[in-house]
Amino acid sequence: MERIKTIKTRDLKKSVAFGGCGECQTSCQSACKTSCGVANQPCENKQK
Amino acid sequence: MNKLVHQYKLNGYNIVLDTCSGSVHAVDEVAYDIIELYEKSEKETIVRTVLTKYADRSDVTEEEILLCLEDIQALADQGRLFTKDEYENLAMDFKNNSSVVKALCLHVAHTCNLNCSYCFASQGKYQGERALMTFEVGKQALDYLIAHSGSRVNLEVDFFGGEPLMDWEVVKKLVAYAREQEPIHNKNFRFTLTTNGMLIDDDVIDFANKEMHNVVLSLDGRKEIHDHLRKTITGQGSYDTILPKFKRFVEKRGGKDYYMRGTFTHNNVDFTNDLFHMADMGFTELSMEPVVCDPSDPYALTEEDLPKLFEQYEILAKEMLRRKKAGNGFEFYHYILDLENGPCVYKRITGCGSGTEYMAVTPWGELFPCHQFVGDSKYSLGNVWDGVKNTGIQDEFRHCNAYAREECRDCWAKMYCSGGCAANAYHATGSVRGVYEYGCKLFKKRIECAIMMKVAENCEE
Repeated sequence: MERIKTIKTRDLKKSVAFGGCGECQTSCQSACKTSCGVANQPCENKQK
Repeated sequence: MNKLVHQYKLNGYNIVLDTCSGSVHAVDEVAYDIIELYEKSEKETIVRTVLTKYADRSDVTEEEILLCLEDIQALADQGRLFTKDEYENLAMDFKNNSSVVKALCLHVAHTCNLNCSYCFASQGKYQGERALMTFEVGKQALDYLIAHSGSRVNLEVDFFGGEPLMDWEVVKKLVAYAREQEPIHNKNFRFTLTTNGMLIDDDVIDFANKEMHNVVLSLDGRKEIHDHLRKTITGQGSYDTILPKFKRFVEKRGGKDYYMRGTFTHNNVDFTNDLFHMADMGFTELSMEPVVCDPSDPYALTEEDLPKLFEQYEILAKEMLRRKKAGNGFEFYHYILDLENGPCVYKRITGCGSGTEYMAVTPWGELFPCHQFVGDSKYSLGNVWDGVKNTGIQDEFRHCNAYAREECRDCWAKMYCSGGCAANAYHATGSVRGVYEYGCKLFKKRIECAIMMKVAENCEE
């Protein structure tokens, strides 16, 4: 694909099957306390 | 069902996001135009339109365009482009089926030794009386957390205020108590300390660097900016007092997490200069948040500030890329994206967890949905002895997710903000189900910049 370079990302659709363990950090606890960003917490699911 | 594809151009890159699969594509301008037309036009129309637009380009032939169309279809077939949004019911079911609490913000001190003009906590008092949390109340909060955390191993506790170091001996005793409980209940406590730095000494540094998973150190940046709003009770700027303490704290942190956390206001829309100031002093983990205040406050951000802020976020992203290459990079909280090992779709659609898995505890043991609702009596949920009694309010928060607001349905950014901050929505619109549009605009800009940085790094490899 000369004109398209796809960056390596986690497939969100596939994560439906192995997600939801809830062990990752609560969005607001790290540094902001005034907004909600959910894309910067690493996944902590060891079963995925 | 929606297919949320977002296209934008930034820093010389043409970027295509496929929201529902999480895919990111860096494309050339021809593919960019073809993707834009792909679902709206017939193949023949696309070929004709693109050939006309790029008539002066020898590499843009009918054959080339057809090849590109095939590539796009292949990505769609692989679930990497034009992915359907099929997550709405998951968001509802997931939260309805969970009653776990996994994080508490402990307001150990409703008092402060600074008098910052913009403080959303009204100089630490949260519109109430000054108070310090006792060990007994804090212990009960930890017991409540353990008892309601189900099978979750990682539990988070933030020592917050006001200024938590004004209740330091209680903080230390609570950490010791939690560590005793960990093996009994198979839990792992992660503590955060958020401090203005005034009372940092060697005891605080040594203890926090051993026990605190993360420390958040409040610094607004340049001395004149910091001192303008972050003053002592007697009206003196606090910069000169805290800076040497923060430097020593971070030097001895030994690589553990920390954030220098600033707030920018209408007074410093050129906030990147404050971030660069911190970076130039050797701090590498930085966060800078827009002020949360009443629009009538003199330092409130305005509509006129918005284009300037967008420009600032772009300046920041480009400078971060430059510094990283030069070997003196730093991290900005909102630009941290883990594309390969980031959160699953449940995390991305179920909201921040305030009022359900995350709550704030006052010095008296009263529970609120989060730190930003503390002091607003109609949002009192219950207390750490009897648990949540105000289930009506809790249900309001349980229903906050990436699909709770009509405005979010077609928004490409919802997988990055999960529907946004309920407190911001409430303060801007009077409802936790409202939308704080100003915050959304800034948030989207930040994510565009963060993804551009990932694209830039990938394209240079």
